[in-house]
Amino acid sequence: MPIRVITTKVEFEGQVYEQRVVMEGDEPAVWGADADLRVVGKSTPRVDGRERVSGAAQYSYDVNLPGMLTAVGLRSPHPHARVVSIDVSRAEATPGVRAILTRFNTEGFKNPNNGMDIFGEEVLFQGQEVAVVLADTRQQALEALPLINVTYEPLPFVVDAEAALKDGAPRVKPGTQDNSVSDEWPQTYTRGDVERGLAEADVVVETTFTTEANLHNSLETHGGAAQWDGHTLTLWSSTQDIYGARKQVAAALNLQQNQVHVIKRYMGGGFGSKLGAHNAGLIAAWAAHRLGRPVKYMLSREEENLAAGYRTPTAQTYKLGAKRDGTLTAIDLKTVGNNGALPGWFPSVAIPAKEMYLCPNVRTVDYAARTNIGSMSAFRAPGVAEGMAGLDVAMDTLARALNMDPLELRRKNNTTRYQIVDKPYATKTLLEAYDRAAERIGWATRDDEARRYPRGRNGSLRRGVGMASQVWGGEGGPPAQAIAKLLPDGSAVIMTGTQDLGTGTRTVLAQIAAEELGLPLTSVRVELGETEFGVFSPPSGGSMTLSSVGPAVRMAAVEARRETLEIISHLTEAPVDALELRDGAVFNRETGKEMGTLGSYLGQLDGHEITARGMRGPNPDDVVVRTFGAQFAEVEVDIGTGQVRVLRIIAAHDCGRIVNPLTYSSQIEGGVIQGLGMAMTEQRFIDERLGVSVNPNLGDYKVPTIRDIPEIELVMFDRANEYANTIGSLGAGEPPIIPTAGAIANAVAHAIGRPVTGIPLTPDRVLGFLSDK
Amino acid sequence: MSNQQQPTSATPAAAERKAIRLTINGEQRAIDVETRSTLLDVLREQLGLTGAKLGCDMGQCGACTVLIDGETMYSCLLLAIEQEGRAITTIEGLGANGELDPIQRAMVEHDALQCGFCTPGQALSIKAMLDRNPHPTDDEIDRALAGNLCRCGAYIKLRAAARSLAGR
Repeated sequence: MPIRVITTKVEFEGQVYEQRVVMEGDEPAVWGADADLRVVGKSTPRVDGRERVSGAAQYSYDVNLPGMLTAVGLRSPHPHARVVSIDVSRAEATPGVRAILTRFNTEGFKNPNNGMDIFGEEVLFQGQEVAVVLADTRQQALEALPLINVTYEPLPFVVDAEAALKDGAPRVKPGTQDNSVSDEWPQTYTRGDVERGLAEADVVVETTFTTEANLHNSLETHGGAAQWDGHTLTLWSSTQDIYGARKQVAAALNLQQNQVHVIKRYMGGGFGSKLGAHNAGLIAAWAAHRLGRPVKYMLSREEENLAAGYRTPTAQTYKLGAKRDGTLTAIDLKTVGNNGALPGWFPSVAIPAKEMYLCPNVRTVDYAARTNIGSMSAFRAPGVAEGMAGLDVAMDTLARALNMDPLELRRKNNTTRYQIVDKPYATKTLLEAYDRAAERIGWATRDDEARRYPRGRNGSLRRGVGMASQVWGGEGGPPAQAIAKLLPDGSAVIMTGTQDLGTGTRTVLAQIAAEELGLPLTSVRVELGETEFGVFSPPSGGSMTLSSVGPAVRMAAVEARRETLEIISHLTEAPVDALELRDGAVFNRETGKEMGTLGSYLGQLDGHEITARGMRGPNPDDVVVRTFGAQFAEVEVDIGTGQVRVLRIIAAHDCGRIVNPLTYSSQIEGGVIQGLGMAMTEQRFIDERLGVSVNPNLGDYKVPTIRDIPEIELVMFDRANEYANTIGSLGAGEPPIIPTAGAIANAVAHAIGRPVTGIPLTPDRVLGFLSDK
Repeated sequence: MSNQQQPTSATPAAAERKAIRLTINGEQRAIDVETRSTLLDVLREQLGLTGAKLGCDMGQCGACTVLIDGETMYSCLLLAIEQEGRAITTIEGLGANGELDPIQRAMVEHDALQCGFCTPGQALSIKAMLDRNPHPTDDEIDRALAGNLCRCGAYIKLRAAARSLAGR
């Protein structure tokens, strides 16, 4: 098979990377919109539903090995301090304690992602690792923890992003010029001439919008279980990226990558925060390697909420200019985000301002501050969920200033071209999404007296309807590989190196393989989450899993089918072109006759297993592939108490072909629900005088419960995107969280007739809006 | 300026232990436990029943939900030694002979789960509700499941599964 090396562009979390892709053979032709598919496109309960509902599914956190030690962390109570001394003598004498790791016995142990000591001399945030106790049981480790005597020298700190960027602010990292997260920040983007655009405008509005830090709170915390057998280190890691975790562990332990085996069979949520082994996984691996005993380290809920990342809070200031007819002439955005202590990737909040609406003159300045808080990490549509809420709230303010229907303003400024690099969008059904969702929620009657005032004008209840738009990548890309094996009995095993975070990846990959192999779903087993299969897949993030791995699985299945039909042709002397696989049997296409089961042929090969490889091909160069959508929300506000109740959300997203409508709708609902939490209740509180979080738990940090959930209705698109990849599907993980907060904020502004300048929409904040002059 | 975290007690002695008998999923289990052990730790670490999860360790998330004499309880807040003589049901006790319980089947069919980490607790909360009240209203369903957080947001499908089990 001739090998080709192609360079293509791949988008991940808003940034575009050049990527080399090695192709062996050719991808099959695209499944077009009219493709006749029997398994793909059908609502299918999860193939691993039984394990997940019966308690049998083994999460990293469930791995228990003979002789395993449990790790518990002691973390800094200070936002910034020098660790002067650590006395572990009394803790070490606690029954069951086998080792205590500190900076004094872990020399050279670094996180390879940022080069920082895992146990540093200086702690840069509350919750940074100071010591880890390893004991026979968790109770024993917990008992030893308070017996560790640490002497700290507290140092000056800063936790607020805008304060950190001021001259004279304490430096998070001594010796740096300022507290900007890196030399690349602030990031400035300009298109056209924003001053001229503002001068040309008939109407200019200026808005501010703040969003708060949201905590992922995956119910399974970060961490892993590790075992060292003298040659191989096995890490059961709660990770969205087994290959990234392997690379990190090998580097941290100074092992070769072939000595590290990462497993992630089931995973209790990640939402972007688990792109690697995380310090907890590295500590488990390091300790197992040094002590020669299995070690498990899963963060406590408090550790998770102090040290495992958050969605950046933002302060966004917009200036929008428009002609009297609504045509946008300028978008000017300044936004400030809070990176936390350790430098790394930081999301752009300005993507919606640059891309969502047609505008010739755009200027965005993105600031990202380093502060003495545990570092942020990607959280479902990082930057974009925050930025879209800010932009769409500003658009509604502009609509009010123009005395124009807010939906009409969006329609007026729809763009069919990607404006950052002037290219056409491959497909865009956004105007249709607006129409269908608007009809469903009754947009036309949103100002009717009886609807606005359900208890009359003298009652305290007000209702409002609002909407927001969505743009996101979700195109995926190479490299992603798959192997399809057909066993002698005609059953199939599909192997990939991807991860199923709970999104239903195993199920949709099984559907794609079953479709091409002509097998019932029950005859296809999908294996994933193991580096030992040697089948590379990218991290499960950026809504790229299905659109990257799905086409690789399809190609592997097509190649396995081709090989199988050639073999059967040899065995039967029927021409290859006449043969067809369907329902686990072989058919002669010309005669329509069944020739026997697939197993009756493969069983004749004396144990030979058909093994075929597939890989994801390059992305198209001439068009830009995006998912688009919109959400509409109806809310009820009690203007006496400030209480907001969300009544309904309509979600209309075009994510290309829907492989499994059942699990797709779960993804959309889940994204809306996380967006609802962001809009309504979720905020981390940091006491700025002390520099510490006051609500690192699930009692005081409010994630939505079932009682907070309104009706959520989907407007389905399900149209193959024939430009995107050979299955025509785009990602659906992140699109549904993007417009939720903006739609709810705009509905509240409509209900109360006052501007909404920040989320979450807690009663105190809403009462503040009501009392604003 | 120095700032010390002060030790809070003398070096502890080995924890006290006690032999107890628990009735779990209809089976008698005789075990030797530390008197301070929670029921959740004993289920997971001593009895190999890992369906109940530790999500917060303080009774806020519901991932550790089990049934004690038919009532939903957070097993992270219970001492194992206090559970003698009570009927403990864990997720492993639902269904029989390799077949799923109707509640579990409905949850799979309606996709009332995503990552699955909270799912055992959700299933047991549905069971306790239906055993008490076979035809719950939507509000009763929401109240019964309000103590089980689902971060993936399977709530709409959980409602659908519970409605179908309520005969609607």
